[in-house]
Amino acid sequence: MVPLSTYIGQILTMLLAILVGVGGIVALYVVMDLLIRLLPDKAQQRIRPWVYLGPLLFILTFYLVYPTLNTVYLSFLDKHSERFVGLDNYIFTVTNPAMRVAFRNNLLWLVLLTTFSVGLGLIIAVLANRVRYETVAKSIIFLPLAISFVGASVIWRFVYAFKPAEVPQIGLLNATLVSLLGAEPVGWLVNKATNNFALIAVGVWLQTGFCMVVLSAAIKSIPTEIIEAARVDGANGWQIFWRVIVPMISSTIAVVATTVIINALKAFDIVFVLTNGNRGTEVLANRMYKEMFHFRDFGRASAIAVILLLAIIPVMAANIRRFQEQEAIR
Amino acid sequence: MASVTYEHVTKRFGDVVAVNDLDIRIEDKEFLVFVGPSGCGKTTSLRLLAGLEEITEGNIYIGDRLVNDVPPKDRDIAMVFQSYALYPHMSVYENMAFGLKLRKTPKKEIRRRVQEAARILGIEDLLDRKPKQLSGGQRQRVAVGRAIVREPHVFLMDEPLSNLDAKLRVQARAEISKLHQRLGTTFVYVTHDQVEAMTMGTRIAVMNAGVLQQIDTPQNLYDYPTNLFVAGFIGSPAMNFFDATLVERDGQVRVETKDFLIPIPENRQETYRPHLGKEVILGIRPEDVHDPEYAPPGIQQARVKARVTVTELMGNEVIVYLETDHHEFLGRFDPRTGARVGSAIDATMDLDRMHIFDRQTELAIR
Repeated sequence: MVPLSTYIGQILTMLLAILVGVGGIVALYVVMDLLIRLLPDKAQQRIRPWVYLGPLLFILTFYLVYPTLNTVYLSFLDKHSERFVGLDNYIFTVTNPAMRVAFRNNLLWLVLLTTFSVGLGLIIAVLANRVRYETVAKSIIFLPLAISFVGASVIWRFVYAFKPAEVPQIGLLNATLVSLLGAEPVGWLVNKATNNFALIAVGVWLQTGFCMVVLSAAIKSIPTEIIEAARVDGANGWQIFWRVIVPMISSTIAVVATTVIINALKAFDIVFVLTNGNRGTEVLANRMYKEMFHFRDFGRASAIAVILLLAIIPVMAANIRRFQEQEAIR
Repeated sequence: MASVTYEHVTKRFGDVVAVNDLDIRIEDKEFLVFVGPSGCGKTTSLRLLAGLEEITEGNIYIGDRLVNDVPPKDRDIAMVFQSYALYPHMSVYENMAFGLKLRKTPKKEIRRRVQEAARILGIEDLLDRKPKQLSGGQRQRVAVGRAIVREPHVFLMDEPLSNLDAKLRVQARAEISKLHQRLGTTFVYVTHDQVEAMTMGTRIAVMNAGVLQQIDTPQNLYDYPTNLFVAGFIGSPAMNFFDATLVERDGQVRVETKDFLIPIPENRQETYRPHLGKEVILGIRPEDVHDPEYAPPGIQQARVKARVTVTELMGNEVIVYLETDHHEFLGRFDPRTGARVGSAIDATMDLDRMHIFDRQTELAIR
């Protein structure tokens, strides 16, 4: 047992940090406000917003804008960030065979993860809306969201576990296959035909809950009278779903889909833990990590980072625009 | 075009009886209004007819067809909802065309019917707009339009005017009445507003606590309420009630309250004689309580000494709040009245128009 006294010191330091941090910010604003008051009225009004936004802008610039720009800069330099190499790093990213696999897989993630997470989420949300044990059903689907990507990957490593045919199978999937169906065990994570899908399935398992919860809330916000009006108008369940419910929650679907798309582009943890990108399962984020920390190639890693950034920008822009449109309608 | 029949219809939600043994026949082309306070079962009755709720007991027929197990879409009805329930993602045109599209009506026919309905309702210029861009009154018209393009056998309307402001409501009331005459279709209309019921219905069904109280024409309902609830619900300001007893004085049946004793007209003597000694409730509408100076000539009157506590000048009349030692009541006086707050007055009641209810059963004694 570590004596309590060692913690007390840490706790005190922590409290002090909170006090100084929060107190410092408050003091900063108070002092700056006092200074502004010394100025003439007109100037006060013009300057005050900038002073209040200042610290935030500074932090954003320092921790977000500067690193981004620096990454772009590094992507044009060589391995050790010493020599300008022009587009060499980018040429590498599109010509290297491993990189091509990563591009292909990211596309696969993008399409499959989004389709299945959003699709399943929507189906479950609609179905759950009609049953009495809705809360229980939704809780179970939602639970995986609380697990970290790494934790989930460890869990699924057991589900996918593969032993040679003569040894007892400890993986849930293979045990089911062998004992119930009498089939040969499958190397889910080794077999090139299945491994990418196996990885994406973990992502779907993690993301469906999120999609379901958000979509379910949107579905519940549709007034019952509208559904009833559609019933009286002559729509059957299928038509109500496609022609009334889906269009009415389309903006929510778009928001959920873009969130999942961004997660698909950022796919890293699951791949890193389960296969580390081996046997044709490489993705861009994992490749970037390897270039950076295994091969110590800052140039190439930065180039991949820039490509990921560029891929995400349009999605973000669409999301923000949609959000603004919605705000405008309100 | 079809009649509607509720045959001993009961609807329970768990232990709660929402509609209790409702038995009505609504004739073809009739404008029937369900009216009653909130929670009286009027909306549930309508939803049972629409097929949005399942019947617990009994049968509903549209025309001769038993529709208990027929889904809403096959009942040949159209409904206007309280919130209008327009599809927010569709234009006005699409909203009105939706039901027809689902029924695979030819495009040309859809266009014709939507434009015809839009013309009737004066919303031709709004066809390309989304519901969000419309005012409350316009939305209400679209909701009505969506119902009429379907050319259904029965129109159902669930408080369609309750979200409109007072002025628009009066206007829309007249428009719906006109629409009913023009289309010649059966209308079933739900409202909590007795003025709407009185002005629009060819017959009114008054409901309370899931039970039908009385169904009759507006005038009959007003003049001959069958029980205390209908008497108090229909009419504004509400009917005055006095706890009273039927007594005999000098060989005549009379009504005695704690504060006054009034005679009963000759033609009703024999009706009430069997009930002598019974505890009753005397009901008299405010418009049948007059200023003695301005009481209409030729009425059988009884005068009751009362004090004036409040007067409300309405322009065409004065609502006068009166009190005797044990009772408070209202009179609708001629605006020339001399009644002033604090003054005493001989309130003059029109005896021909009084109502007597059994205090136990609350039914009218006739």
